[in-house]
Amino acid sequence: MSTKKVREIKSAREGWFTLDADNPRLLGSQCDVCKTYYFPQHAQYCRNPDCESEEFSVIELSSRGKIWSYTNAGYPPPPPFVADDPYEVFAQAAVELEKEKLVILGQLAKGVTVDDVKIGDEVELCIETLFQDDESDYQIWKWKPVNGDQA
Amino acid sequence: MSNSVAVLGVGMHPWGKWGNNFVEYGVKAARDALADAGVPWKDIQFIAGANTMRCGYPGYVAGATFAKALGWNGARVASCYAACASGAQALNTARAQILSGMADVALVVGADTTPKGFLAPQKGERPDDPDWLRFRLHGATNPAYFAMHARRRIELYGTTEQDIAEVRVKNGKNGLHNANARYKKSFSVDEVLASPMVADPLRLFEICATSDGGAAIVIASNEYAEKLRGKGGVSIEAISTITPTYPSTQLELPDLATDSAAAVNVPTMNFKPAMIDAAYQEAGIGPEDLSLAEVYDLSTAMELDWYEALRLCPEGDGHKLLRDGDTYIGGRVPVNPSGGLSCFGEAVPAQALAQVCELTWQLRGQAGKRQVEDAKYGITANEGLFGHGSSVIVKAN
Repeated sequence: MSTKKVREIKSAREGWFTLDADNPRLLGSQCDVCKTYYFPQHAQYCRNPDCESEEFSVIELSSRGKIWSYTNAGYPPPPPFVADDPYEVFAQAAVELEKEKLVILGQLAKGVTVDDVKIGDEVELCIETLFQDDESDYQIWKWKPVNGDQA
Repeated sequence: MSNSVAVLGVGMHPWGKWGNNFVEYGVKAARDALADAGVPWKDIQFIAGANTMRCGYPGYVAGATFAKALGWNGARVASCYAACASGAQALNTARAQILSGMADVALVVGADTTPKGFLAPQKGERPDDPDWLRFRLHGATNPAYFAMHARRRIELYGTTEQDIAEVRVKNGKNGLHNANARYKKSFSVDEVLASPMVADPLRLFEICATSDGGAAIVIASNEYAEKLRGKGGVSIEAISTITPTYPSTQLELPDLATDSAAAVNVPTMNFKPAMIDAAYQEAGIGPEDLSLAEVYDLSTAMELDWYEALRLCPEGDGHKLLRDGDTYIGGRVPVNPSGGLSCFGEAVPAQALAQVCELTWQLRGQAGKRQVEDAKYGITANEGLFGHGSSVIVKAN
């Protein structure tokens, strides 16, 4: 029996997404009156200037979208980002969700480079570790290309 | 009704990485502007400062900081922060005082001292601040946002990496002749393309650095100006500092997501063209009247975005305008004859004012080897974080 403590899996942003490894979802919100969508969640006063609603519902956003644009980080980003040491270039994408008509920023999954994607490509949400401390692995949403052979 | 005010004097402290207190740059620029105007500091009735977020409390109350450094003179004072548009907002605040009759003559000053490297958020744990979160969660630096817009140009409009490198080449040539520019070096396209990739497709020489610098402008009512110097001179005909219109569907700094367009139709114009259009409407002119433009080339590709926002060409044709030579000095509408941010690097609160300084020198015929012939109307274009941007139209009378 090992006495080694099991590492805890935590969200880097509690409540912003589900930690379901198989089918993670971003948690956005929707105005109960004008039906506009928000991510990150918005819960006070509707930002649609024609809507005076103060009532919102938390909803799971679409888990797939299309790449609006993409880039990479050729140099380690400054804190508060926690960069890998040694540093490895990673890619980022802004992804458009068709139903919600929202563009949401995220990293591309580890190992996916700018050469692997094009604007308009379909991607889906996944969860990976953003940074670690002594006890925990902090999780973040990322986007990964949808392969043709996946269901 | 005309919103015209006179530009009496302009001044700048050269851009660089001097490492001194920002107040020093602002006061040098202010004294030069006052001397250029022929107006004693003690006659200034209103002073507006453009704030800096990186230089402690004196930076948050820049108007008072500069007023104290110039010697308290009892003038009304304002301090403005609007990210990259801070200088234009300070200018607009001073203009409103003059147009309302509250003041006859005003001084506007912006200056900054900047740290090395990427612009990073302020320290501390701030999970409610999107500027903190975009670094924390995604490592999304400013160049990452510029790069995503550049990538769209390349894949959707057929702009090439050579085209965007050519913007740096053009601006580098212009900056050679500007004593206030930080980088006075010309590059070839190959040299630009050989510089390290920072945020694909943007390379090191295609991304604006951060600089120290200062700029100042003295403006006055046309009546005050006429008494001082007679008719003629340069005037400001429009200052646009509008917000975007909901829903804003272009991913902009420092947001983690756009507004949703599911419930409300997108506006007919995106933020950049809408901001420029508001300036054209206020001045009562159009793109066909322009002699030159000073635009925010935070990245080389962004300069091409502005060609289209200024309606110098249809959307998607920015690179064609460049290839045709239209935006070079000697072309149809020279853009960034100063050398632009490529040659200056950004001194945030001073930059929108520096653009107006350049237009003033150009419209007076004082721009030396970078002079645009027979310039009548010039326009600035500028955009920053949190829905801020500006466009100023300057006219030779």
